[in-house]
Amino acid sequence: MSIALETRNLDKHFGGLRVTRDLSLKVATGARHALIGPNGAGKTTVINQLTGVLKPTSGRILLEGHDITDLSVHGRVLRGLSRTFQINQLYPDLTPLETIGLAVSERLGRGGDWWRRMGTRDDVNAEIAETLARFRLLDVMNDLTSTLPYGKQRLLEIAVAIAAKPRVLLLDEPAAGVPEGERKDILAAVASLPRDVTVLLIEHDMDLVFSFADRISVLVSGALLVEGAPDEVARDPQVKAVYLGEAA
Amino acid sequence: MTAQTDVAYHARQHGRWHWSEIAFWVIVLACGFIFPSRYLIMTEVVRLALFALSLDLILGYAGIVSLGHAAFFGVGAYCAGLLSAHGLINEPILALVVAGLAATVLGFATSFLVIRGVDLTRLMVTLGIALLLEALAERFSNITGGTDGLQGIEMQPLLGLFEFDMFGKTGFFYSLAVLFALFLLARRIVYSPFGLSLRAIKNNPLRAAAIGIPVNKRLIAIYTIAAFYAGIAGALFTQTTQLASLDVFSFERSADLMLMLVIGGTGYLYGGLLGAAVFKLLQVAFSTITPQYWGFWIGLVLVVIVMVGRQRIHAAALFVPNLILKQIGGRKAVVALSDNEAP
Repeated sequence: MSIALETRNLDKHFGGLRVTRDLSLKVATGARHALIGPNGAGKTTVINQLTGVLKPTSGRILLEGHDITDLSVHGRVLRGLSRTFQINQLYPDLTPLETIGLAVSERLGRGGDWWRRMGTRDDVNAEIAETLARFRLLDVMNDLTSTLPYGKQRLLEIAVAIAAKPRVLLLDEPAAGVPEGERKDILAAVASLPRDVTVLLIEHDMDLVFSFADRISVLVSGALLVEGAPDEVARDPQVKAVYLGEAA
Repeated sequence: MTAQTDVAYHARQHGRWHWSEIAFWVIVLACGFIFPSRYLIMTEVVRLALFALSLDLILGYAGIVSLGHAAFFGVGAYCAGLLSAHGLINEPILALVVAGLAATVLGFATSFLVIRGVDLTRLMVTLGIALLLEALAERFSNITGGTDGLQGIEMQPLLGLFEFDMFGKTGFFYSLAVLFALFLLARRIVYSPFGLSLRAIKNNPLRAAAIGIPVNKRLIAIYTIAAFYAGIAGALFTQTTQLASLDVFSFERSADLMLMLVIGGTGYLYGGLLGAAVFKLLQVAFSTITPQYWGFWIGLVLVVIVMVGRQRIHAAALFVPNLILKQIGGRKAVVALSDNEAP
């Protein structure tokens, strides 16, 4: 079994506060791995370290065996590590076409082209069209993102991450705040992600976690509590006490 | 395939020329023939417009604030002046380009300081760099001429054909041609993938990085390009006035520039151009009324613009034309202006 994403003894301190404690996590290639934990467990801090927004105090992060601990945020994206955002971080004044266009241009190494107008390269256009079609955004591609229904915006959020053609995708609460009626589109989009893309899902919604994940890690107070298959985790008495117990 | 054609069509849509843009440039060119006695002031407007366009590139598109843009203007101005005074490069256009490149080098070198930190830091760093250069120019007065200004700048005929005349006709059309050429280049840049990535960075740098955009690299690039533009504006100043003195670096020059963009608006390329024209006209009009206190009235206009909001002023200005159009054509409001569209 090859490992797509790995953390080794990851530690993060904010002053005297230890937010990540000796976290060693292995996500297998092609896995549907979920990272769950009660509020304040430090899930977002882990994501921020994985994507390079925060530097870990100590420990290493490896993407497909390569140490990426010192790479920049955009450097990791080009290496194949993409993320979606929990709260809406889309560009309200850009259209879905432009938003996807940004990601595709960067991936194809065309983002720095200043002498060429947008839309004049067939390879870029083809990939934008393909991504828009896959996420059913073709009909709204020229609308401002701020005018899209919330469900479509969440789809666009996933589409932007996918447009970078990641080999590892971090999904940060993809269905958060989406009304019931638009939820199934999101779930379908998540379910139809290519199998060779490794997905690490950070989620509160237990229904989504247990229907999607084939492996679950439970984070409590910044440390790994339990890891295993969904049924093992669901049965685990510690998890019940700490996490599921709260909900029941 | 049709989806791809659609994508190509919509992606190019922003870069298309709007009829009002063509009208704008026709009017500007026409001014050169309608007001032959006003070449000097019109040249000044063109120069300011180019300078303001430079600031718009970093402020309106990349969100970098600067209170020291005169640094590049000054370097361009002195460089053009020194090249001419010492007879190093006599061809005006070549000297112009070399002066612009000198500013570019300074822009690249200082960009690393500017991209660090947030707005307030940037204001202070840019302001500091301009003050520093002003002091250096004063210290090395044997080279720059100090407070007396650089002496002995003489312009050779443009392309060996057109003498710089005392009415400023050659200077005006020369400046206008340079402005137009650099405007075309700026237009190309802002509607390119690079330009789009700048808008993304301005809006949300964290997200931009998560998309894969190398944020710092892009900011350095646009800051350096803007420095080139400002350097060219400075060089035009020296070439058309045959003057270069310490005030090319002055704080007022940088601050006025910010005011022009406040008047004209940012992020649609024409803001600096319109702002420069309005600013200069107001300055001339007010100083005719009250030679000593024109600053008061400019200040008042600015406060009104900021308090009332540019959009509401636009709406008010377009009220009558729309009313007429409605009466004649029975259509709804057809003339509209927004910060993101062409005037």
